[in-house]
Amino acid sequence: MSVPLIEVRKASRILGGEVPTTLVADIDLVVAPGEFAAVIGPSGSGKSSLMYLLGLLDVPTSGEVLVDGRPTRALDEDARSALRLSHLGFVFQFHFLLPEFSARDNVLLPMRALGRLAPKAQEARADLLLAELGLKDHGWKRPDQLSGGQRQRVAIARALANEPAVLLADEPTGNLDTASSAQVLRLLREVAAGEGRAVVIVTHDPTIAAQADRTITIVDGRIVGDQARAAG
Amino acid sequence: MNLVLEIALTHVRFRLRQTVVGVLGVATGVGFSVMMASLMEGSQRDFIRQLVDALPHVSVTDERREPPPQPAAAVYQAVAVLGLSTDEKRKGISNPYATIAGLEGWVPGAVAPSVQTKAVARFGGRDTTATVIGIDPRREVKVSQLVTQMRDGTLDGLHKASNAVILGDGLARRIGIRVGNTVTLATADGRAFYAQVTGLFHSGVRQIDENQIYTLLRTAQVLAGRTALINEIRVRVDDAMQAREVAGRIEKLTGYKSVSWQEAHEDLLSAFQIRNAIMIMVVGAILLVASFGTYNIVSTITHEKARDIAIMKSLGFRESVVRRIFVLEAAVIGLGGCLAGFVLGYLLCRGLGLIEFRTGFSDRTGLPLIYEPAHYLLAGGVALASSVIAGYFPARKAARVHPVEIIRGAS
Repeated sequence: MSVPLIEVRKASRILGGEVPTTLVADIDLVVAPGEFAAVIGPSGSGKSSLMYLLGLLDVPTSGEVLVDGRPTRALDEDARSALRLSHLGFVFQFHFLLPEFSARDNVLLPMRALGRLAPKAQEARADLLLAELGLKDHGWKRPDQLSGGQRQRVAIARALANEPAVLLADEPTGNLDTASSAQVLRLLREVAAGEGRAVVIVTHDPTIAAQADRTITIVDGRIVGDQARAAG
Repeated sequence: MNLVLEIALTHVRFRLRQTVVGVLGVATGVGFSVMMASLMEGSQRDFIRQLVDALPHVSVTDERREPPPQPAAAVYQAVAVLGLSTDEKRKGISNPYATIAGLEGWVPGAVAPSVQTKAVARFGGRDTTATVIGIDPRREVKVSQLVTQMRDGTLDGLHKASNAVILGDGLARRIGIRVGNTVTLATADGRAFYAQVTGLFHSGVRQIDENQIYTLLRTAQVLAGRTALINEIRVRVDDAMQAREVAGRIEKLTGYKSVSWQEAHEDLLSAFQIRNAIMIMVVGAILLVASFGTYNIVSTITHEKARDIAIMKSLGFRESVVRRIFVLEAAVIGLGGCLAGFVLGYLLCRGLGLIEFRTGFSDRTGLPLIYEPAHYLLAGGVALASSVIAGYFPARKAARVHPVEIIRGAS
C-alpha cells in the first residue's frame, strides 16, 4: 500500500485563553493519491481549521499530521514552510494574488521561491499552466484586469506550480458565479485525476460536495461522516 | 532578478507617493548633514589654516616650563625658598645658532632665529603697544607666510633703510601711518628709536595685524637692549599636524619651552571638539528623524500588505524571506534618499558658497565650505544604516504574521 499523502492522527486544535475554544478534536483522516475529497459542514464547524492543519498552516495542540509519511508537529516554522512549498498547494475563497504582479508572475512566484526548476523551465511551466487553464492570452494582465473566475484560475495555476502532492481548496467557488464555479470544479477534478495527486475541497455547498469522490462531514470540530461516493 | 529584490522593488514602485515621501525624508537628512559637515569642517579648516599660517608651527622660547632648581636644593634635603624675584630682562637662548644648527639636522622643515620684544609705536600723536619681532628675512620666508602676506613693500625692504620696520596693516591704520613714514618705537625703559616703515603686511588675523611689527634681528636686539639676543627660534614643520611631536622633541633636547601651534591654541581646538560633538548630535538627530519616516513608511506598507504576507507565507515563503523583502524596501528607500541627498547636499553647498559672508576674524568674503567625499559617505552610510534598522522592526513584525489569522479575516 502506498504512503498516504496526508495522514492525520488524533489531531485536536484548541485555542488557549480564559475559555479554551476547540476548533477541531480527535481528527483521524487519511488523504490518499488520486482522491477528490470534500469536507462539508455547517458554518463554524471547523472545516477551515481542519484544512489549515492539513496544510501545515496551523499546528495541532495534540495529535499528529504526517505529510508524505513525515511527522510535522515537531517541525519548526521554516521546515513546515519548506514542506508547504514543495508538497502542498492552496486555493482560497479569495484569490489572494499579489496585486502588483502579472498573472504569469504570480504563477512563477512559488516556483521561484522553491528554485527546483531552471528559470526557463519555470517560465515554460507557468505558460503551460496558464494555457491549460484557459488563460494563455492573459498572463501579462494584473489581477485587477482579470474577471473573478480568471483570477481564481490563476490562483489554481499558482497552487499547481510546484506540482504539489495535495491541493487544498477552501471554498474556492465561494465568490464565483455559476459558470465560473463549474469551470473551477472541473479543473480541480482534473487535477485530482492526474499524476497521483489529491484534492481536498472545503465547502458548505452540498451540490459541490456531491461532485467529490469522498465526502467528509464535520460538525462541532469532529468528523461525523466519511463516505465514498458510490461508483457509477 | 532575485525574487526578494523584485518583490521589494515592486512594492516601492507601486507605492510611489509613499516611496517619494520616504526618499525625500532621507534625502533631506543626508543633504543637510552633508551641508552642515561641509560648513562646519570648512570653517574649522579655514580657521586652523589661518592660525597655522599666521604663526610659526613651533615656537622655541628662552623660557622653561619648570623653573631651574635652586642651588641650595642641590646641597640640602629640605630647603624653603622665599621672596625670589625674576630677572627683568629675558636671558635669551644660549648658543642660539648652535641650537638652530642642531635642530636643522633633524627637524622636518625649516628653522629661523628671532627676537621678540615689546614697544610702544607712536605716530602723529597716536600710539599703540606692539610686539616687535626681529627676523632674518632670508630664513623667515622658510618658517612663515610673511612674504605672501605683504600688502605694501617687500620683505627685502627691511634691508633698504636703517631701522626699517614692516607693520601690520591694522596697526598702521590705528596710528595712521603709511609706508615711507617714520614711526617712533619707545621701549619700556624709556629709550626711543626712529624707524622707517618700509612695508605693511596682512595676515588675516586681526590680533596679529593690529599688534605686530617686523624688523631685522639686529634692530630688535638694539630695541631689547641686548646685542646677540635670540629669544625665540621659529620652526616650520613640513606637516603642520606633526608640530606637537616636533615641539615635544625640541623641548626634550634643548630644555627650552617649545610651544606648538596646537598647544598655543589648545582652547580653540578644544572648542572645535565641542563644536564637532554638537555637529554630530545635530546631524544624528536629523538622520534619526529621517529614519522615523522610513519606519513609518515600511510599517504602513507591511500593514497594507498583511494579506500578501499571509499568502506568501501560506505558499511556503520562510519568515526570513518575508523579513528580507521589507528590510530591502527600507534599504531601497534609504539608498534612493542617499543618492538624492548627495545631490541636495552638493547643491546646498554650492548655494551657500554664493552667499557673501564676512567675519571680523578673517578676510574671507564667503562661507568656508569644503567638498569632502567622506562627508557624503558618512551621511549616506548613517542614513542607509538607520533606514535598514528602521525597516527591520516592522519587517520582523510582518514576518511573524500568522497567515491563518489574516486568511480567516480576508475570507
